Amino acid sequence: MRALLCLICPLLLFLGCSYLLPFLGIMQLSFTDPVPGIDQYRHVLSDPLTQSVIWRTIRLCVIVTVVSVSCAYVITLLWVRGSPMVRLLTELCIMIPFWISVLSRAFGWLSMLSNRGLLNKWLQNLGLIDSAIQMTRNEFAVVVGMSHYLIPFAVFPLATAMRNVDERVLTAADGMGASRLRVFWQVFLPMTASGIMGATLLVFVFSIGFYVTPALLGGGQSVLIAELIYLWIFQIPQWGVAAAMSVVLMIAVGGILYLLMRRYGEMAK
Amino acid sequence: MQTGMKKEALVSDTTQIEARSVSKTFGKFHALRDVSLKIAEGEFLSLLGPSGSGKTTFLTLLGGYEPATRGQLFLEGQDMTNWPAKQRGFGMVFQGYALFPHLTVAENIAFPLKVQKRGKAAIADRVAQMVEMVGLSGHETKKPGALSGGQQQRVALARALAYEPKVLLLDEPFSALDKNLRGQMQEELRRLHRDLGTTFVFVTHDQEEALALSSRIAIFNHGELQQVGTPDTVYERPANRFTAEFLGDINILSVDDSARGIAGTALELPANVRSFDHVAIRPEHMRLADAGDAIQLPATVRDRVYLGSKSRLLLETRAGEDLMLYLDNGGALQAPEPGADIRVTWETGDSFAL
Repeated sequence: MRALLCLICPLLLFLGCSYLLPFLGIMQLSFTDPVPGIDQYRHVLSDPLTQSVIWRTIRLCVIVTVVSVSCAYVITLLWVRGSPMVRLLTELCIMIPFWISVLSRAFGWLSMLSNRGLLNKWLQNLGLIDSAIQMTRNEFAVVVGMSHYLIPFAVFPLATAMRNVDERVLTAADGMGASRLRVFWQVFLPMTASGIMGATLLVFVFSIGFYVTPALLGGGQSVLIAELIYLWIFQIPQWGVAAAMSVVLMIAVGGILYLLMRRYGEMAK
Repeated sequence: MQTGMKKEALVSDTTQIEARSVSKTFGKFHALRDVSLKIAEGEFLSLLGPSGSGKTTFLTLLGGYEPATRGQLFLEGQDMTNWPAKQRGFGMVFQGYALFPHLTVAENIAFPLKVQKRGKAAIADRVAQMVEMVGLSGHETKKPGALSGGQQQRVALARALAYEPKVLLLDEPFSALDKNLRGQMQEELRRLHRDLGTTFVFVTHDQEEALALSSRIAIFNHGELQQVGTPDTVYERPANRFTAEFLGDINILSVDDSARGIAGTALELPANVRSFDHVAIRPEHMRLADAGDAIQLPATVRDRVYLGSKSRLLLETRAGEDLMLYLDNGGALQAPEPGADIRVTWETGDSFAL
């Protein structure tokens, strides 16, 4: 027991110094800066601008989660159940973006989607459009950029779930005369529900704290909560409000995590 | 032989399924070589063999879950070689049961019926009937994860039989169950077969299970069909050494070429019988010799194992071959002690050439 405690101690110490202390600092800031009390929280919860940013964040994150998990499901299906060649190609397509920094990827999408970007040029050369379509500095670009970043994170829990599906169950369903569509919707999909739940959880929580991609691809037109916190820290600056906002964000994420985990636990039974 | 005739009489002589020279290769590995077999309507056929003998491969080919590499399969005279599993419409109980883990017992059983687009009321009736038949009343709303191995087995049986298939294929259904439960499930399977009259094709590696359940047994080894017959035929008259040794205990004696008889006995074999070099006798057909017996094989008692109602004697012949026989403990005859020299005998008709 004592040996175990000694082994755990360094980790507890590290977590205490790097997470707990700064967190307590933030808590303190949120209740004291600039005036002691709950004024900062009152501001966060009543300011119309902050409200609209919170709602946009939730709305965009839900969209991003649905898009990422759906795309990831198809990609994982190819990765886990495709022919060896398809598997290899999918694996490359999953792993390579995974190793490229979030900043480069955001710039990549910028050069692809901007008014004088590749996509607009191609469409114009093909004669499909006359003038460039606005594809950046809006929510569309943010959803594309964020989803692209988050898809690999959704792939791994989905792959685990799909690999755990007993092949014989699918064979059995097929042998009983079920069409491929029925086997997928009524057998395979429900059997991988735990993976969908895990992927949703991971992607949603990640997406709420996103900063770089929305800042670059949104171009200030679709500010999300993390960018707003940044503004309160470096532009305005009023750290107390930023701290209060962070605490609210953390409680929201914690609450969502709790609810989803409970649901997840029920499904695992 | 008497019981064998009776069992065969239960089975109609209509061939339902026929395999003609069916082979299956996986790369260079021959899983099944040139198997030809007729399965009669309503029979209980066991496919018996050690692991890797090709018995499960043959079942998979019968069900249409894998294509045969060569050969043809017929169902009631129609060539079904290229039919997929769903077109054959056989029921299948998979090893490990392959139940739908996210569906309840009732939903599992209803699945094939829903696929067939039967009416809601008809499905509910049939499910209730199946649940009753396999003795799972009260468990309808449980998921497979909440059931014991035996109960899962029953769900798998009910699901496979729900749509009244002509043929039920079972892949080692009892291998995961403990011994008591296995005996109980065997009883129930026999009852189901009797009540339904469906053709059962049953894969097992357990000889006793095959002997106890089947109307006929097909024995496989190294991908080849060794012998097909009623349990007593394959047991009492095995076609080759593999079958003889695979089904229970057997005493095998070498034929001495120079003596034209069995080594260590005065017993001479007819001069024209030279096409084999071993004679085999089941231990239960061997006994201690009386003075008047024609065959008298001298042997030394090596060990005696007390088994309650009887004793097992382990013997060694003069030629150094091991023998085994059983003695009734209740008899007047005192069982010989280890080290004693004795003579054993058997009825000529009970021995067979290998």
